[in-house]
Amino acid sequence: MSDTAVETPNVMVMNQLPSSEIVGESPLHHADLASAAATKNEGGVHLRENALQGFLTLRLNPENKDLLASANAVLGLELPTKPLSSVTEGATTARWMSPDEWLISVPGEAAFDLETAFQEKVDGHFSLVNSSGGVTTLVVSGEHVVEMLKKSVPYDFHISEFPAGKVVSTLFAKSSAVIRRLDEQAFELIIRRSFADYIWLWIQDASREYGLVIKND
Amino acid sequence: MLHIYCPHCCEYREEEEFHAKGQAHIVRPLDPDACTDQEWGEFMYFRKNPRGIHHELWVHAAGCRKFFNVTRNTQTYEIKEVYKVGEKPTIVAE
Amino acid sequence: MTQKNRLMSGGRINRSKPLSFTYNDKQYSGYEGDTLASALLANGVDIIGRSFKYSRPRGIVAAGAEEPNAVMQIGATEATQTPNVRATQQELYPGLVCGATNGWPNVDNDLMGLVGKIGGKAMPPGFYYKTFMYPKSMWETYESYIRKAAGLGRSPNEYDVDIYDKMNQHCDVLVVGAGPAGLSAALVAAKAGARVILADEQNEFGGSLLSSRETLDGKPATEWVNSVVEELSTFENVALMPRSTVNGYHDHNFLTIHERCTDHIADRAPNGQVRQRYHRVRAKWVVLATGAHERPLVYGNNDVPGCMQASAVSTYINRYGVVPGNELVLMTTNDNAYHTALDWHDAGRKVMAIVDTRKNPSGALIEEARNRGINVMVGSGVIEVQGSKRVTSVSVAPLNEDGSRVTGSVIKIGADTVASSGGWSPVVHLSCHTGSRPVWKDEALGFVPGSTVQNQFTAGAINGEYSTEGALGQGVESANDVLKALGLDAVSIALPDTDEPAQSESMALYHVPHTKPTSQAPKQFVDYQNDVTAAGIELACREGFESIEHVKRYTAMGFGTDQGKLGNINGMAIAAKMLNQSIPETGTTIFRPNYTPVTFGAIVGRDCGELFDPMRYTAMHAWHEERGAEYEDVGQWKRPWYFPLKGESMQDALNRECLATRESVGILDASTLGKIDIQGKDAREFLGRVYTNAWAKLAVGKCRYGLMCGEDGMVFDDGVTSCLGENHFLMTTTSGGAAHVLEWLELYHQTEWPEMEVYFTSVTDHWATMTIAGPNSRKLLEELTDYDVSSENFGYMDWKKMTIAGVPARVFRISFTGELSYEINVQANYGLHVWKALFEHEDKYNLTPYGTETMHILRAEKGFIIAGQDTDGSVHPFDLGMPWAVSMKKPFSFIGKRGMQREDCVRPDRKQLVGLKTTDPNIVLPEGAQGVFDPNAPIPMPMVGHVTSSYWSANLNRSVAMGFVKGGSERMGEKVYYPLVDGRTVEAEICSPVFLDPKGERQHV
Repeated sequence: MSDTAVETPNVMVMNQLPSSEIVGESPLHHADLASAAATKNEGGVHLRENALQGFLTLRLNPENKDLLASANAVLGLELPTKPLSSVTEGATTARWMSPDEWLISVPGEAAFDLETAFQEKVDGHFSLVNSSGGVTTLVVSGEHVVEMLKKSVPYDFHISEFPAGKVVSTLFAKSSAVIRRLDEQAFELIIRRSFADYIWLWIQDASREYGLVIKND
Repeated sequence: MLHIYCPHCCEYREEEEFHAKGQAHIVRPLDPDACTDQEWGEFMYFRKNPRGIHHELWVHAAGCRKFFNVTRNTQTYEIKEVYKVGEKPTIVAE
Repeated sequence: MTQKNRLMSGGRINRSKPLSFTYNDKQYSGYEGDTLASALLANGVDIIGRSFKYSRPRGIVAAGAEEPNAVMQIGATEATQTPNVRATQQELYPGLVCGATNGWPNVDNDLMGLVGKIGGKAMPPGFYYKTFMYPKSMWETYESYIRKAAGLGRSPNEYDVDIYDKMNQHCDVLVVGAGPAGLSAALVAAKAGARVILADEQNEFGGSLLSSRETLDGKPATEWVNSVVEELSTFENVALMPRSTVNGYHDHNFLTIHERCTDHIADRAPNGQVRQRYHRVRAKWVVLATGAHERPLVYGNNDVPGCMQASAVSTYINRYGVVPGNELVLMTTNDNAYHTALDWHDAGRKVMAIVDTRKNPSGALIEEARNRGINVMVGSGVIEVQGSKRVTSVSVAPLNEDGSRVTGSVIKIGADTVASSGGWSPVVHLSCHTGSRPVWKDEALGFVPGSTVQNQFTAGAINGEYSTEGALGQGVESANDVLKALGLDAVSIALPDTDEPAQSESMALYHVPHTKPTSQAPKQFVDYQNDVTAAGIELACREGFESIEHVKRYTAMGFGTDQGKLGNINGMAIAAKMLNQSIPETGTTIFRPNYTPVTFGAIVGRDCGELFDPMRYTAMHAWHEERGAEYEDVGQWKRPWYFPLKGESMQDALNRECLATRESVGILDASTLGKIDIQGKDAREFLGRVYTNAWAKLAVGKCRYGLMCGEDGMVFDDGVTSCLGENHFLMTTTSGGAAHVLEWLELYHQTEWPEMEVYFTSVTDHWATMTIAGPNSRKLLEELTDYDVSSENFGYMDWKKMTIAGVPARVFRISFTGELSYEINVQANYGLHVWKALFEHEDKYNLTPYGTETMHILRAEKGFIIAGQDTDGSVHPFDLGMPWAVSMKKPFSFIGKRGMQREDCVRPDRKQLVGLKTTDPNIVLPEGAQGVFDPNAPIPMPMVGHVTSSYWSANLNRSVAMGFVKGGSERMGEKVYYPLVDGRTVEAEICSPVFLDPKGERQHV
């Protein structure tokens, strides 16, 4: 194991990924989206799983400016402090979840480096927790994507209320999702692993009248 | 179905995103061991049930997971104000 | 059958599209654009049902949502059966099959009708309650017959094949109703750029304009309607929703719309299409432009088929090209209804008389009628009609000034149709749904919406503004009120000129007097659907019901799917008169959602079948499937319950799983356990406050079991928490309790102790967890790791970081079985990889997968509790015999400490959890069985506690059980008895709950 973590006595971090010979299985691995993608290419709702990304939950008080600055420096972006906003720099996106919480996505293999860097370089009361295995990302898009979402989510998807870049944690059918608008007709849904199959079934059903197209990564 | 303004997300959300947690401003006694059974019973079990203005604790369970207070008219269901934990209501029953 | 009542031309039907349909097993034809009601009337069908209580033949009265009688059962197949459909709202489609919902053996010859006839006088309000009350034990028998006789349709016996769904909508303004007021309101709001939804229950927009011959700007009114609809459809910010009934108006401007997407096309929705959609609308503002229903007058035998609302008659003529009879008598209290006589006359059928209750009506409409040679009888009323299955003649008598008394002799006029109008009742239903009480408006002779806390405006006839010109103007006004509230600029639109003649004053009359007192006159119906008569209301008042709410409940007026649309105001007026009050003094009852019935399909939407409730799966689920696991629902999780081999019974499988685990090694998917990452310098102190035991000295690398209590001292969750770093812990919770525990921690952190530096993050889904348990578990682990897992290096209640099958893991040496046991946690995307790697050694160690049931048995053999099974919110740690898990010495008064010291919690005779050893080892006590100390005590025997956990233990070759027994901890060795429902009484000995390995040697190896 390439465990080179600097372990402070206070907080334990570990590289949770095996060597690349062992392939991780995303929460929708069993659905075999790759085969589904081969079958149909026309429809009003498109779906793609953005599997095996790295996700970390960051908690800190942004009113502590020194702490915020050192976190920003490690992340290489300015953590958004405006409610329901997001910031993307390169491959890193930080989503405002709560006044003292962000959901950060990085390439899967970069999560441990980020955790290590935080332990080394950020001093103060924070917590950074790896939750990569607990979620997956669906990108839904297409001409009828808003209709499909309106069947699933109580939030207002009108572009005036939900512009690109906005992040909304809310209910998705009887589960939940962190939803970010990517552009007028594309959304990112971050969903919990254990609910992934339910949401996958739901989206298929809710998209039926528009036609669902599965896209490959 | 209430429409509730979350003071942390700074916008209205549907009631189904929230959990109601009962009467607000129930303060845990600082020294529980010094409470008589009656005092502890009152802290534990006795709640107001007013017709009209009522202060309630809610949590934005499916959103930011923050607790906050709601002043609500129990008769009309109007929400008069929301305010953060630690703050005092500006609207109270006469 | 020919459409004998169909006009040669006219109406908004498509004569080039004839449609055939089936009513009560007979074929009929109509046209595209018909409603079922207009098609039935075109075919001369008079009787469409039998009344609820008296079983009298009933015909179509109205042309819209207010129809009380024509409630149909629709559906060509068993799966598509839909009850409760109003024929006046159902559009005709090819092949429609429908039937009357009551009437036995059929509507034309109904046996219950005899009962109604004979028993008529003997069936006053409260008849059923009064008659069938004794003996009380017979009520259930009576009820089933009464309900059969009543009958309001039936639900299908087969699975509904159609798709229904829900949609969440948001808008600046929802305009309800697309008549003149709604259309002008929507157009103004649309032009200002507001997000508008315009919903109307009908297939076409236009409301009253679709049914009249009035002109706008000198052209047919529908031309104006078309131009507005066309303009509205060009706005991106406007959603037009025909066939969409706004059924409920709820708090904070939340409204529900029932859209019937394909109900007008066919019996089933075309493939892939949604049949009905339930819209959940959050509207910043609402404009109610719901119009008004015409109020029929109350007179003798006014329910005989052929008695109709005047406006409905006009609608059938003008909109559908159907004249529902040959000879009309019109009775009216107002000018407006004269239109109906003119429509009838101009359609080429005979108007026998206009009976006007006013002494000296005058004005353009009256003149027009006289000019056509129609006999206008003033100062008179139709006091009753004759006929059984159709009106044959009417009795007309002169009335006094205020219409309270017959003043002269009665004459009979032959007629088959009586149209009546007592004025209009504004449709205030929606405005009432949020608790607003309507107020009486004298000049409108109706209740209009009262004050409200909703963001709501009203326009048109709902305000008692019955003219088209007035409605158009109020639409504009209300929309501009909305725009102002939204901070948008006002918009003006050009309104069309109307050609409405000036109208003279209407008369306030509701109940036409008879020569006989009401109680002896022929039945005068107020509420057709619930068979409430004027006499019934008078009786209720005489019996002492003075509140209109009580009158309503006693008589059933306005109940059910009807919601008093036609009858309520007449009923209030009759009650007011009896009580010597004005109508506003008597007041009105209010209306409830839903305005018209909503199908269960629409309410359920997509939340059915496999989507009824989320099924949560672990990362190893696919493997469990392959192994043929049987599942148990734990919260929303699907957990393997047991893994039967071919031909095995459940008990066979459990015995095998239990023995294999204690003899070699078993494996459990424990991923569902709740997991919470806790960090911060105050994390340790926080744990000390929320758990009952001590955490101050738990070293890094160590695990500890904890009990969590409420402030009342009662256990609600438990689990093992491990110290990952000095300021870093991993808490585990029960599978079902994870979300609750996290919210509990946040509640205390955010509200009581915000100064504490600690953060909580759920990692339940992030880790896949597999528990290997049994004497060979260490050997199995050694197969997959280079790490030194010897007892010396990796002791009981330690956790270690290591690589297993190439995957970094956290391994916790904790045990819920009493065996040597390791709980392996890996990032969930690698869970199945590690699980499969373990199974590469399956044969060597007889590695046996087990499910929740074996887990329960193994832990019960050891006397370990399951929170939620052995606890029920009323037991504290001492009741559970777990004083070792409570530290009363902690400096902070932890949650539950004070509560568990209350007087009642320290009684020595509380029920305590103990082991139960049945005298006959082969008897497994049923869980939930209640114990007694003396099985010979007289009934009711004093009960001393119930069995919480009970299993067959293959390892001990006997049953094991735990349960609560009053003072049980002091009664070791005593007997307790369980009298069972099957008559047996099972004897058991009170013992320690630890049945196996009391010294705990098996896990310390």
